[in-house]
Amino acid sequence: MEFFLQNVINALQWGSFYALIALGYSMVYSILMLFNFTHGDIFMTGAYIGFGVATALLILTASLALPGWLLLIVTIIISMILTSFLGIIVERVGYRPLRDAPRASAAITGLMIGIILETGNLAVLGAQRLSFPALIETVTYDLGGVYFTNKKILIVGVSLLMMLMLHAFIRKSRWGMAMRAMSYDYQVVPLMGVSLNIIAPMTFAIGSALAAAAGILYGMAYPVLDPYMGILLGWKSFVAAILGGRGSILGAALAGFMLGFIEIFTAMIFPSTFRDLIAYSIILLILTFRPYGFFGQPYSTQLRL
Amino acid sequence: MGKIRAVSVAILVFLFACYFVSCGKEREARIKIGINAPITGDIPKVGEGTKYAAQMWLEEIEKAGGLQVGDKKYKVELVVEDNESKAESAVKANTKMIAEDGVLVIIGPQSSKQAIPAGGVANDYKTPMISPWSTNPDTTKNRPFVFRGCFLDPFQGPVVANFVKEEFGFKKAAVLYDVASDYPKGLAEYFKKAWEGLNGPGSVVAYESFTTKDTDFSSQLTKIKGSGAEFLFAPQYYNEVALIVRQARELGFTAPILGSDSWGSAETVKLCGSDCYGLFFSTHYAAAGAKGATKEFIVRYQEKYGYVPDDVGALTWDALRLAQHAIRNTGSLSGDLAKDRQAVRDQLARVKDFEGITGKMSFTEEGDPVKCAVIVRISNKGEFEFYKQVCP
Repeated sequence: MEFFLQNVINALQWGSFYALIALGYSMVYSILMLFNFTHGDIFMTGAYIGFGVATALLILTASLALPGWLLLIVTIIISMILTSFLGIIVERVGYRPLRDAPRASAAITGLMIGIILETGNLAVLGAQRLSFPALIETVTYDLGGVYFTNKKILIVGVSLLMMLMLHAFIRKSRWGMAMRAMSYDYQVVPLMGVSLNIIAPMTFAIGSALAAAAGILYGMAYPVLDPYMGILLGWKSFVAAILGGRGSILGAALAGFMLGFIEIFTAMIFPSTFRDLIAYSIILLILTFRPYGFFGQPYSTQLRL
Repeated sequence: MGKIRAVSVAILVFLFACYFVSCGKEREARIKIGINAPITGDIPKVGEGTKYAAQMWLEEIEKAGGLQVGDKKYKVELVVEDNESKAESAVKANTKMIAEDGVLVIIGPQSSKQAIPAGGVANDYKTPMISPWSTNPDTTKNRPFVFRGCFLDPFQGPVVANFVKEEFGFKKAAVLYDVASDYPKGLAEYFKKAWEGLNGPGSVVAYESFTTKDTDFSSQLTKIKGSGAEFLFAPQYYNEVALIVRQARELGFTAPILGSDSWGSAETVKLCGSDCYGLFFSTHYAAAGAKGATKEFIVRYQEKYGYVPDDVGALTWDALRLAQHAIRNTGSLSGDLAKDRQAVRDQLARVKDFEGITGKMSFTEEGDPVKCAVIVRISNKGEFEFYKQVCP
């Protein structure tokens, strides 16, 4: 039982990252009908920006001795803002010129920008690994043999909070309504006075901000940063976005957590050598029976909740 | 038109001729040594250590006015190629250095993942190669042209197993390793065999794996914790060590975690911090408390680059000195690359009781040195302290 609960906690933490990153894929897909393959590397850049902001804050406020949680909140907010600008730049430079080009060209552009971000990072910071600064002291709790840390609670909590905020934004705000409208038809809606050149960058900005938050949380849990850390995580989150149903926000979030659970629990039941083999065979099987994912519908790209 | 074509062909022929002639001249005048190192990729610190040690060696040669072979002094040139810590890039780098640059000897690649395939290329082209750090037996097996500067995993596995048995008297072991990388996989298997030889079958209670680039080991570590293992053996590289140790502690696994020579990087403690204090690993040399030539090397390296060299630096230094020793012992170089490569290989195979800074070594039939291992403890200041020496 403890064993099971421990793995539930492990899976919740691991799934949070997939979920947060998958949201970015799904949102962009619903608006522009393309998968933004730069997203994994935006996550990586977000983690590095977070590293920079946290390090700078620690130096600047060294004399004030501010509490760690305050620094963490400020770090997350500043990094989210900075990374959202990166998302806007990616949209402006990489995707807007190709908006009417074949989808394949746009997808390739995404991969190219991803490589530019990785190698640019390598060129600027060098190949050495960076250790993410520990902003808050790790406290480990032991609840009848089930161990968890304050960081784990924070990671799952912040992820859920972000998802709720996104949900409220898309559901309640006028901008959210414009996004939903745009996802129905991005060629007709601009005729009603909603500009795609505002909605598309906004979608990228929100997706990138979420990726940045994921990057910082990731840096806290796995404090070794490397320029290629976004590739594998990006691809797996992409799987989550497909599994959730293209364009479905709720689907992406749920599928992200589900992917975390499948990975952790296959490693629990089967020899860990076969973890990804079995985990992704299961997902293949699910997609065979539900080719549009859990919340997806055929021929539909609409942004759904 | 015809004229222009004739002239351009003439120019091309002339250029080609120049190229070959000058190449021939250059080969006579200088010795090229290839360095195949992971400058970028997963373990850049290893690449940096390799490069720095090689530069230090080159400086020493230059100070002496070149490398003395017989009655002639040769200028030495280093060809440094980045293998990005990838097997296929290491193969490409070796092929390029052998075919294009015409190197006499290759030093590297460091990790077994790259050294095993790259060694095949060196052997096929009959070019001597010394991998300073690769401990997997396959690197040199049935390859007369491939040598190494360190002990082997079939030796290192039992070293760790025996050490734990004697030091702690434990009975139940857990192993966590990267199944997609030759070095950890090989070492995990040798350790398992040695441990089961000591404590009987079933004494490795958890044998868990992951794949390269994984960062979350919570599921495997939960299993290890539940298995009742008294310690964990994690023969991983430094970037994973930090993650494994921290996650194990956060999951309430308080037993000792032991490692292998891949822990011996200057980065390990930097990334892992206080979580790694007090842990043990087996390696090639210990910087703290070194004497003689080893001490001299450490001091010079530290003055130049600002940190204590890790085992990769020391082993690369030894590998280069071995190459230098072999080249000198050929007596004279003919200028014919194929002949000289053969001569250097023959001299390497004859090395006996060579005094390296990582210990005395003599090569066996397979091109593997017989040398001692060291158990190092990470002190409470994060330094690598000598704890014990284990000889074959």
